[in-house]
Amino acid sequence: MKKTLFDKIWDSHVVESIPNGPDILYIDKHLIHEVTSPQAFNELKERNIPVFRSERIVATADHNTPTENQHLPVKDLLSRNQLRELSQNCEDNNITLYGLGHPYNGIVHVMAPELGITQPGMTIVCGDSHTSTHGAFGTIAFGIGTSQVAQVFASQCVLVEKPKKLRVNVNGKLRKGVLPKDVILYLISKLGTNSGTGYFCEYAGNVFEEMSMEGRMTVCNMSIEMGARGGLIAPDATTFEYVKGREFAPKGEQFEKMKSYWETLKTDEDAEFDKEFSFDAEDIEPMITYGTNPGMGIKISGAIPVEAGKSDTKALKYMGFKPGESLLEKPINYIFIGSCTNSRIEDFRMAASYIKGKRKADNVNALIVPGSRQVAEQIKAEGLHTVFEEAGFVLRQPGCSACLAMNDDKIPEGEYCVSTSNRNFEGRQGQGSRTILASPLTAAATAIAGKLFNYTESLN
Amino acid sequence: MEKFIKLTDTAIPLEIENIDTDQIIPARFLKATDRAGFGENLFRDWRFDKEGNPTKDFSLNDAAYSGSILVAGDNFGCGSSREHAAWALKAYGFKVVVSSYFADIFKGNALNNGLLPVQVSPEFLSTLFSAVTENPSEEINVDLEDQKIEIKSSKVSEHFDIDFYKKTCLINGFDDIDFLVSKLDAIKKYEEKQLQL
Repeated sequence: MKKTLFDKIWDSHVVESIPNGPDILYIDKHLIHEVTSPQAFNELKERNIPVFRSERIVATADHNTPTENQHLPVKDLLSRNQLRELSQNCEDNNITLYGLGHPYNGIVHVMAPELGITQPGMTIVCGDSHTSTHGAFGTIAFGIGTSQVAQVFASQCVLVEKPKKLRVNVNGKLRKGVLPKDVILYLISKLGTNSGTGYFCEYAGNVFEEMSMEGRMTVCNMSIEMGARGGLIAPDATTFEYVKGREFAPKGEQFEKMKSYWETLKTDEDAEFDKEFSFDAEDIEPMITYGTNPGMGIKISGAIPVEAGKSDTKALKYMGFKPGESLLEKPINYIFIGSCTNSRIEDFRMAASYIKGKRKADNVNALIVPGSRQVAEQIKAEGLHTVFEEAGFVLRQPGCSACLAMNDDKIPEGEYCVSTSNRNFEGRQGQGSRTILASPLTAAATAIAGKLFNYTESLN
Repeated sequence: MEKFIKLTDTAIPLEIENIDTDQIIPARFLKATDRAGFGENLFRDWRFDKEGNPTKDFSLNDAAYSGSILVAGDNFGCGSSREHAAWALKAYGFKVVVSSYFADIFKGNALNNGLLPVQVSPEFLSTLFSAVTENPSEEINVDLEDQKIEIKSSKVSEHFDIDFYKKTCLINGFDDIDFLVSKLDAIKKYEEKQLQL
């Protein structure tokens, strides 16, 4: 039978299929962090069940960490306690932890790929919905709840029904200034926030083939925002080149052996999908969101739709926008470049290339948070920190930061923030904050202009 | 896990679509390391104003409504994978959530905590909203064995789907860990086979 990329990886990881029930799916890598793991460790302890395969687990601290003075004890007592529990649990169970201050520390979906932990053909889970990011390497990667984290601790498996298959094709030539973030925001605006529910999505077409690994990660990261459990892209020369030589990637002969297997990981011609959509790259422009879910997106040059759905009225009231309104020229006081969606070196290079030689507008607070210590080092090595500092941007230490505002990096009530993160839910970046999702280039241009600004007009 | 077989109770309507897990339990309350106590912060920023006073126009604060069944708008539980959302709903006292659509991860989390997600048609959901808002003391029957939800007074009912395995778990109070641990031999065999490839 003709198989999709997704079928090939899934089927090779099924330990057993339960009749009329889910599959027992073997997990190659289990990533954990401080927020969704403590209750799972407790559950195991209470039931006296040991961790089954500690060597397949990697831990980091990212969600609940400060982005300043990481060498000092964490001020917030609850956060400090949560981080201490993670360290203790990892130590007790012999799990590798890249904690705060470790050279490999970073946002889980930034640090695992850059260390070569993420490899094509794997199954990866994490107690975080943006685990879909790792699908950029041709892996089956998805977010799980804490009960499932405990299940994976106990058995290295999850019980999960095989999702249906969706393919999204984008072909053609992207316009100048259109970034991978714009592509995924465009797709979600077209498909809606629950079109992917119950599905795993394969992204196909020359637009994804021509994207860097960083770009592919940005796209796969937001698969969950259209409801899909995960998204994936067939591994190719770009993937192999990225993985090669990384700390935990296979080396020498082993790499070549794995590569020849990875090369088989593509959807067979004529393999069937349960649902398929195709889009034209030319139709995509820089995108921004105007509402309180990621599907409420428009072209930066466009206007808020007039025909309103039931949830739109509530969303527009929260955002302080009106149907039919254009958001260009809207004054913006906050921008955030960071999060597991857009905090890799390419994102900062892109922002710096625009910012260089310019200065942020006086009204703007511009926050830059690298995804990992390694990205932070790279920013310095390339001299990008000088560009940011000279332009008046604040460069912090790595972490999830203002994407979910668990730490002190919050946007004040009522303020707009043009953010490269992934969710514009009510209060996501702090109580009463108003998030406008966008690419790193849009965020950078907004910071310079002090208002939403269509930079594409100045690119030629 | 607590068993769930059937339930008859009144319901609280929450006619909002795309309720995400950040609204169910905001991130700033995720610093705890145990499962208890999330109920008080359920829908925190909708339930309370900045001063911590209950908001007037939110249905959970409306004395007319009570019960362990939450009836919510389409695409309930989207967003973050935080199981704290299911814990918060459970701790507040909900045993059933009814919607016309549930996000995947939330649905799994709910089932793993004995909170039953009942997915109904948009038409039935709309009938249910009307029935509950017109008469807040209207009782709803939720029968997991028969997979049926019914508005008691009008006898209007609908069948709902649930995975057979999950249904068995809920009716018997089993959870997935027990099951997976019983499968460790098969899992080890799978690992050995993989090593040989």
